[in-house]
Amino acid sequence: MTPVTAGRARPAHVRRRRRFSAAAPSWLFAAPALAVYALIVLYPAVAGVIYAFTDWSGIGRDMSFVGLANFRTLLGDEQAMGSIGNTLLLTVAIVVVQNGVGLLLALGVHVKLKSRALLRVVFFAPVVVSPVMVAFLWKYIYNPDPTAGLNGLLGLEVDWLGDPSIALWSIAGMVVWQNAGYSMVIFLAGLEGVPRELHEAAMIDGAGTWQRFRYVTWPLLAPALTINLMLSTIGGLKLFDQVFAATNGGPGYATETLSTVLYKQAFVFGKFGYSTAVALVLALFVAAVSLIQVYYLRSREVTA
Amino acid sequence: MRRTFVLEIVMIVVAVAFLFPVYTLISLALKDPGQIARSPLAPPNPPTFDNFASAWSAAALGPSLVNSTVITAASLVALIALGSFAAYFLARVQTRLGYGLYVLFLLGIVLPFQLGMIPLYELVNDLGLIGTHAGMILFYTGIQLPFTVFLYTGFIRALPREYASAAQIDGASHLTAFTRVVFPLLRPITGTVLILNAVFIWNDFFTPLVYLGGSGYETVPVSVFAYVGQYVSQHGLVFAGLVLGALPIVLVFLALQRYVIKGFASGLKG
Repeated sequence: MTPVTAGRARPAHVRRRRRFSAAAPSWLFAAPALAVYALIVLYPAVAGVIYAFTDWSGIGRDMSFVGLANFRTLLGDEQAMGSIGNTLLLTVAIVVVQNGVGLLLALGVHVKLKSRALLRVVFFAPVVVSPVMVAFLWKYIYNPDPTAGLNGLLGLEVDWLGDPSIALWSIAGMVVWQNAGYSMVIFLAGLEGVPRELHEAAMIDGAGTWQRFRYVTWPLLAPALTINLMLSTIGGLKLFDQVFAATNGGPGYATETLSTVLYKQAFVFGKFGYSTAVALVLALFVAAVSLIQVYYLRSREVTA
Repeated sequence: MRRTFVLEIVMIVVAVAFLFPVYTLISLALKDPGQIARSPLAPPNPPTFDNFASAWSAAALGPSLVNSTVITAASLVALIALGSFAAYFLARVQTRLGYGLYVLFLLGIVLPFQLGMIPLYELVNDLGLIGTHAGMILFYTGIQLPFTVFLYTGFIRALPREYASAAQIDGASHLTAFTRVVFPLLRPITGTVLILNAVFIWNDFFTPLVYLGGSGYETVPVSVFAYVGQYVSQHGLVFAGLVLGALPIVLVFLALQRYVIKGFASGLKG
């Protein structure tokens, strides 16, 4: 089985040496974790893939295989197709703005400012608050009343969540507000790994601030960028809580995402088979995007 | 330096703008309905604490705080125990099977939970665990294991093997060497694992909504969700409820913020 058991038959001195050089613990160390993981994640995911090809209603064990019917329904389902577009737009907006803002914040608080410890706490704090509570707060911030919330502050009269043409971007704004601190912290970790000597050398060579950022800091931030892009992309594609609490997909279908559609199909309309098909499409999106990002971004990473 | 000074001013202005939603949250929680209607943006004058008392009892926050605490604490213990043991094997083993197992665990980070949501609901139901603490603890342990194993494995790989070997030369088994020697060395990453999982589990909304709704074992986000739905137009009450609901995790964060931000960064970097 393992080197440890194989060694049992050997003479004592050989056995001991073998144990220490091989030093791999028994796979039994991983067994409990594997059992829970298989039960809670792997088995349901595999079962989910199977359900996606059935017409299961969620009640009883009555179901039959319908082949690709759920996926054909999906192609003709205006709400679901719209939600795919919304999910992709929302994800792109969140990934770009959240990481852009996170990077600027990180660069700002990386400098030895007097208030930098406090600033880090301020920018990071929303990360620890429940997204569903943040959504309720922002629902008020975005209210159409010209004297209250964001309108009152900026002197505007915009119906941030009620106007179908901007509601999706308003959702993106609240997600960015909550998660920019997350990106900031990962970029900060990356910035701390940039050796001071490289900056000094570049300065001696006459490089300005922008050139030092572009040719010294930026390439060395690649691993932090990889993690940030992956986490924000996966988070964006799976986004549920904020949309559910702030707009529930409305007005109309303007902010419907894959996650809200599959929730409604299962728990409102009782179409469990169809809901799982939507989930499978979501899973394929997440997997495809993650794989592309890992291959592309890892290939351009450098070390100091 | 002049440039540092300008940057400091800019960052403070950004921070103040960033805090506008927090100002709104707290000032509305401290106003009565008349004040909110008259001047929504002005500071509370005079502040009233009535909203907090009403929100506390109407949102049934006491019981949900207990539920959230039990579920979060037990899941964290299970995650740290199972995750660190599995990672010790995965970081040290050099067979193809071991590598395959590691990749299998990583797959769980990418898989959207929604794919298995319905089969899992059936499974938990068949086990008689719907609407129980045990069901939620089992769920969070499973769902957060991939990320936990990923963080621990990266950290253990960077750790010199000699510590464990030395203990084993002295006659310790793998188990003793791990629990007595290696596990204490994992303290920094255990901190990160603890914090990341605590924030996720405490704040999770979707799962307890589906698995705990109406069971009487609701967690804080679910109770607050139901409460807000009920008092939707009374902003003072709603915001007092939100403040109370967010307060426990925010206080924990403020107490541990130095380690949180550092641990967050180092854990994800590895």
